[in-house]
Order: sequence, then C-alpha cells, then structure tokens
Amino acid sequence: MSLYVTELRRLAKRRITRLLLVLLVLGLAGIATAFAFSSHTLSPAVVAEAQAKSDADYQRELKNWERSVAECDTATARGEKTEDRYGPDCGRQWQPQPEMFDPKWNLPYQFDFRGEFGNFMAVFAGAVALFAFLVGASFVGAEWSTGGMMNLLLWRPKRLAVLGTKLAAVLTALLGVSVVLGALWTLAFWLIGTYRGSTAKVTSGVWQSTAISGVRALALVLAVGAVAFALASLGRHTAMALGAAVGVGVISEIGIRMAVQMAGVRFGERWMLSTYALAWFQKQWKLLDYKSCEVSQGQCSPKEMLITWQDSALVLGLGSALVLVAAFWTMRRRDIS
Amino acid sequence: MSAVLEIEGLRKTYRSRRRGVRHALDGFDMRVEAGQVHGFLGPNGSGKTTTLRTLLGLIRPNGGRMAILGHEVPQALPVVAAQVGAIVESPQFFPHFSARDTLDLLAGAGQLPRQRVDEVLELVGLRDRAGERVKTYSLGMKQRLAVASALLKNPKLLILDEPANGLDPGGIREMRTLMRDLAAADMTVVLSSHILGEIQLICDSVTIISLGRRVAFGPVEQVLAAHSQGAVRVCLEAVTDLPQAADVLTRAGIRVAAEPDHLMLAGVDKPATVSRLLAEQGLYVSELAPVAVDLESVFLELTATAPVPGQHRQVDQSTKVGEPGIGGTGGGWGA
Repeated sequence: MSLYVTELRRLAKRRITRLLLVLLVLGLAGIATAFAFSSHTLSPAVVAEAQAKSDADYQRELKNWERSVAECDTATARGEKTEDRYGPDCGRQWQPQPEMFDPKWNLPYQFDFRGEFGNFMAVFAGAVALFAFLVGASFVGAEWSTGGMMNLLLWRPKRLAVLGTKLAAVLTALLGVSVVLGALWTLAFWLIGTYRGSTAKVTSGVWQSTAISGVRALALVLAVGAVAFALASLGRHTAMALGAAVGVGVISEIGIRMAVQMAGVRFGERWMLSTYALAWFQKQWKLLDYKSCEVSQGQCSPKEMLITWQDSALVLGLGSALVLVAAFWTMRRRDIS
Repeated sequence: MSAVLEIEGLRKTYRSRRRGVRHALDGFDMRVEAGQVHGFLGPNGSGKTTTLRTLLGLIRPNGGRMAILGHEVPQALPVVAAQVGAIVESPQFFPHFSARDTLDLLAGAGQLPRQRVDEVLELVGLRDRAGERVKTYSLGMKQRLAVASALLKNPKLLILDEPANGLDPGGIREMRTLMRDLAAADMTVVLSSHILGEIQLICDSVTIISLGRRVAFGPVEQVLAAHSQGAVRVCLEAVTDLPQAADVLTRAGIRVAAEPDHLMLAGVDKPATVSRLLAEQGLYVSELAPVAVDLESVFLELTATAPVPGQHRQVDQSTKVGEPGIGGTGGGWGA
C-alpha cells in the first residue's frame, strides 16, 4: 500500500472528516428540500386561478372606487368640503385599471432552473469551500499537534514527499466530494425544476455555461483546501489556519474597507479578497465609483471598474502559490521537535 | 564487531536574540556495536533527545558526522529508515484512532504486511485492547503502543526513548525481557532511560552525556569499574586483629576506614595484594569483597547531578567535559 493510499485512508478514518461530511450533506439536502417544498409548478389551472384572483381584486377595487366617488359626490352636493378626504374631483383620476392587478402577484414561487441555478451553485461552492477549509486545515494541523507527522517522518524521512503526498490526498478527496455532491446538487435542482418548477430554455449553451461555472467553483474549493492545509502546516496547528482566516477576514473585509472609505480611495473594493472571489465565480464583478456621480445634473452615472475572472485567477493563484511555497520551504528547513 | 550506529563530533546550536547561544550538542560522540543493548544516559536537558532527533533526521545538525548501519545520515536516511525503529520522547498518537488503526496506517506507510500488526500487538500485550481508542489508554499502554510501532518494521536498530516510562512493575520486567530477546535475535537496541537500575540490568554498554558532550562510554562493567575507586571490604578470622591489619595496610599506602567488625579499604587496584600483605603478617582473611558501585552513583558522580541538601539544582547544572578538572572516560572511536 502506497503512502498516498495510506493518507487517503487516514483522512477517511478521521472523525472530523466524517462529521463535517455528514453536516455538509445534511445542510445541502436541507436547502434542496426546502426549495423543493417552496417551489410550485405553474400549471394552466394555477395560472387561471391567479388570473381569476387578479380579476376579482380588480372588480373589488373598482367597486370600492365607484362607491367612494358616489359618496364624495353626495357630500359635495350637501356643500361639504371633500377635497381633503377624497382628493380633487372626488378622486376620479384614481380609477383602478386592470393592468394594475398583475396575475403574477398571485402566483406561487416557481423555481426557474435557467435563471436561478447559478445562485444555487454559488451557495454550494461556499458550503463546500468551508468544508474544504476545515478538512484541509485539520488534516495536517492535527498531524502536527498530535505528533503524527513526526512518527510518519520516522517511517518516511522525505519531508517534501510526505507533505506533498498528504496535500495530494486531501485535494483528491475534496475533488471527489465536490464532483459527487456537485452532480447530486445539480440533479436535485434539475428534479425540482422538472417536477416543481421550470426547466424551460435550458439549452446546451446553458449547460456549457453551468459546467464552466462548476469548474471555476471546483478550482476555488481546491484552492481554499490547499491554502488551509498550507497555513495549518506552517503553524503546525489547525488553529493557525482558522486564525489566519479570521485575521484575513477582519483585515481585508473590515479593516481595509474602513480604511479605504475614510481615505476616500476610488474603487476601494479592489483591495478586498472577497471581490476577487466574487469575480472568479461570477466571471466578472463590476465596481462602481459613486463619487463620480453628477448629481447636480439630476443624473448619476458612476464610473465603473471591471474585475474579470482572469484578474481573480492572477490574485488568488499567486496568493495560494505563495502560501504553499512557504509551507513546503518551512517543511524542508524546520527542526521538528 | 561492526558498528551499527556511529556519531562523531555532533554539534547542534540554538541561537536566540533574547536567550543567546545554546550548544545543545557540543561535539558529541557515540558508537553502538551490532547486537548490543546500549544505554544512553544523561540528565534532563543534556542532549539525549536532541541526539536521537538529529540522528533520525528530525533536527538539522550544525556539524559532525553520523552513520547508521554503515550509511551516512541524514543523506541516506531514506535507505536505512526501513531498518530503524524508533520512538522519540513521549509516545504521541492520534487520540481518536485505535491502536490497530494507528499501526495499520504506519504499516501502510511502510508498505509492510498487515499480519505484522497482529504480531507486534501480541508482542507488547495489547492484543485484547487493540480496538480501543488511544485516548482511553493509560501512559503505560501508550508506551507499549509506541514500542509496537517501533517494532513494526522488525528493524535492525531499535531506538527507544524512555520505553519504561509509565509502565507498571510487570511491564518493566516484560520490557526488560523483550529487550534481551530482541538483542539475542541480532537486533541492536539503543535505550535512553532514567531508570538506571534497569539500564544496568539490561544493557551491555552505555554512553553518558552531559551538556551536549560525552562524559563516559563503554561496556557497563568497565564504566562501573573505572569509577569503583577500588573499594574493598575486609573481614578477618579474629576481630581483635583488625587494628594491626589496618596498620599494615596503611603502611602499604592503602586508605583504610575501620569499622567494628571489618575494614573498608579504598584505592585497591588488586584485592589479592591485600590478602598477601595480611598473610605475610600472619593475619588471615575470612572475607575479601570488592565493593561494587551501581550505575546510578556513577551517573551522579560523572554528571555532577547528585542532590545536595539545601540546594536546588537547575536543569543545566551538570558536568561539562573539557572544563578544568573534569575529563571524559577513555578514548576510542570518535574521542
């Protein structure tokens, strides 16, 4: 049995891996189930019912309006002042119109696969990325803190090969989990669309776009797992990765945000990691500079800055590579005690 | 006899801006012959664990030479690792895995057959508790598991750091027997321990380290003999002859301490000399016994770590070879 297979077995045997996987599956299943129940197919009968309700609403409001105008006319005939209560001309100008009662408002929620699955993919990617972070960090962090890494190095005194094999094992597992759960997630929402929603206009182009988004989400999950692994290895403890994540979150998303706002930096969001994560997943992300608005002319057309997925690939890729190189360099040099 | 382990002039220095420079190993030498059980002794902080970690590639040395089974390490560690079983310091295992899982994964990493796991579990007495999580184990059971993990490879060189730590008396005796059996089966064992009575019973040879340098080495009996100071207990057939005997021996240059029923002599190279000197004066010896020193007293003497009433010895207060008035024992390889 090779070290790679052994590390896969070790990962699968770990309690935290199993627990997190169960929580991930339960969470995703819960979301899918909730949407399955909240979505309803818009059958002709449901549409007709909504139309009938709209018509009834229109008729009711029309009668109310007619009654109001009649009361106003009567009061005016008695010489009473009616303008404050009924408006000018007894509110005749406010006669309800049929188009004001759109039947859509009476329709139940219907899941539209073509229009909405992208958002659900983002939810999926976020959940799996969190799973990847915790599994990646704890896999190597616990090995360091319990002495398992030292034991292993007594058996395989090739430090870089050992760390590399562990990383390969955890990335393989994350890839497998992401692909399997991603396929089930897509299938679940396809079934929701088919039986309790709409799968209209889902062309091969839509599938292609979905697949490309899936690949980008997968890359994000693997990058998060690898960075968490590298951070935990650098600090020889799972807490190091968690601490770094909190630190980056606080510095990047709160500290820098406040600093750029106070300094009046234009397009300040370009200095935040979350911007690049969003651009990576959404293909591009538009930043707006509201300071450039010409409000005095009654119109606001703020300047724009586009962050593309290629920009994100550069920033996130370089950042991930830097942390990984640091982890491997430290592994090669450090004294293990 | 061929050397299984050779260390020559090993140095490891830690530098810290706040604490300055500390030489954990300062030109340390060691040699272990094949098939021996070798004791590796030293006070706390003397460099034992640093030596073992450096030897096993966990710490980078600043200088010196090391070889295991004739291969220079750490360069050749990937080649010899399969023939070296080791536990370093306290046993550390993933607490939520069972003993069997732990050994199974190590066997997988070392590409060993799984049946070997059962063999070593039987050997260390954990067969019936192998399915329980390590976190439920006592220190002694963890120690047994650590020894099992070291034995898994059926190594030619077994390095055990404090293997008897936490073991019950029966376990200590079992460990002693196991060490002897392993040595009889041509395995070389290096034992680091503070239980000096055990070391004296088990080991063929010892190396004593203090502040990063070797202060004594060689076969156990030689190290003991070198520090016995020639003490001899003498009884005569007639107790009334003791004063005369003391006078004869003192005149011969032997240090004598008179006791009510015997004499204690010091500085005696050959006990037979005593017998001859007394016989020439018509004094007949009924008992002539060289007084054996034990390893503990030799250790305390060599490392200067014997407790002194009213003083609190600090960790780094022990003998340093090369300081005025202090010298190592003997020469030999690497000295």
